[in-house]
Amino acid sequence: MILAISSQGPTLESAVDPRFGRAPYFIIYNTETEEFETINNSENVNAMGGAGVQASQSVVSHKPDVVISGNFGPKAFQVLNGSGARTALWANGKVSEAIELAKTNQLEYTQSANVKGHWQ
Amino acid sequence: MIKISVASGKGGTGKTTIATNLAAALSKKGKDVVYLDCDVEEPNGRIFLKPLISNISRVSVLVPRIDLDKCTFCGECAETCEFNALAVLEDNVMVFDSLCHNCGGCYHICPENAIKEVPRDIGEIQSGSSNGLKFMEGQLTIGEAQAPPVTKQLKKDMPPAEITIIDAPPGTSCPVIEAVGDTDYLILVSEPTPFGLNDLKLAVGMARELKLPFGVVINRSDLGDDLTIDYCRKEDIEILLQIPFDHKIAKAYSEGRMASDISPIYRENLYELYENIAGRIKQ
Repeated sequence: MILAISSQGPTLESAVDPRFGRAPYFIIYNTETEEFETINNSENVNAMGGAGVQASQSVVSHKPDVVISGNFGPKAFQVLNGSGARTALWANGKVSEAIELAKTNQLEYTQSANVKGHWQ
Repeated sequence: MIKISVASGKGGTGKTTIATNLAAALSKKGKDVVYLDCDVEEPNGRIFLKPLISNISRVSVLVPRIDLDKCTFCGECAETCEFNALAVLEDNVMVFDSLCHNCGGCYHICPENAIKEVPRDIGEIQSGSSNGLKFMEGQLTIGEAQAPPVTKQLKKDMPPAEITIIDAPPGTSCPVIEAVGDTDYLILVSEPTPFGLNDLKLAVGMARELKLPFGVVINRSDLGDDLTIDYCRKEDIEILLQIPFDHKIAKAYSEGRMASDISPIYRENLYELYENIAGRIKQ
């Protein structure tokens, strides 16, 4: 299973970022190999608009099965959902804890965006 | 053919009052004038001018639509889009119309010619006349985010006239730039308060950046403080006209009537202001 987690930093010990589109990093974690890589999303942190779309585009290129973040806006959700990934809401601790919750199937999956888009 | 724009930085300083009365004063003197309400998010010049509308047209912008049979999902369209309006998935392309700035970049870059552009309606233009004065206004549909395409269309469709008066929106961002760009002179309407001065400085910055010749009209000039006049003197900015507060003008405004109906300042002084500006433009 491939996990994508919005993160405030580049390591497994970083805190999960409650924002999806404007999180500074994404951690892509493979539960089979237990390896991870980091996507730098800093370009999107101050994007004028469309941060959710752009971030989703980078994330889905890694073909995640599950995407974990504190919040998903409508456009990000539409892209992630369209790619076949499931979205889970969790941002109460470290990336490594989110990974454990995913492995033990303790995450709550969402069926829609949980926050409104900005401006549009 | 002279184009004069009226802007303010701060809202509520009297921009529309000056623009409509200036247009009406010139028209009454026999000039061929068009008044263009470019405050497309809240056009209200018509409340004063009460025009008879003779034509209504729609404004649309072009947005991309993808032919999925031709698309190879290469992602070049999404990569070129500065506004993140496209997302390319393995077997689908999503277009977010509300993020699209209608630049046509995706359409041009697509190697498969899989993108066509389709019109999307975003607003309306109304035109007509008010006592011989030509009138036009743009209106952005509520819920739409981008004012500049409506303003652009409005300026493209405007009838030729000896004098064009452009009523700009407040602020100093894209909708204002679109309204005041390519005009011959910019009148900045301010009020002598700390708020008026704060926003006047921003508007002056914009005018200088655009290299537009400009001057300042100080409305309700006997209220507030002297800081606006001090600022203009220090910065070598011409004060075109000072209009003192007049209860009769405020009352006319509150009833949607033209100030020029009751105040000579709004007839003679605005006409003089025009001659002063026109003389300078012709030099």
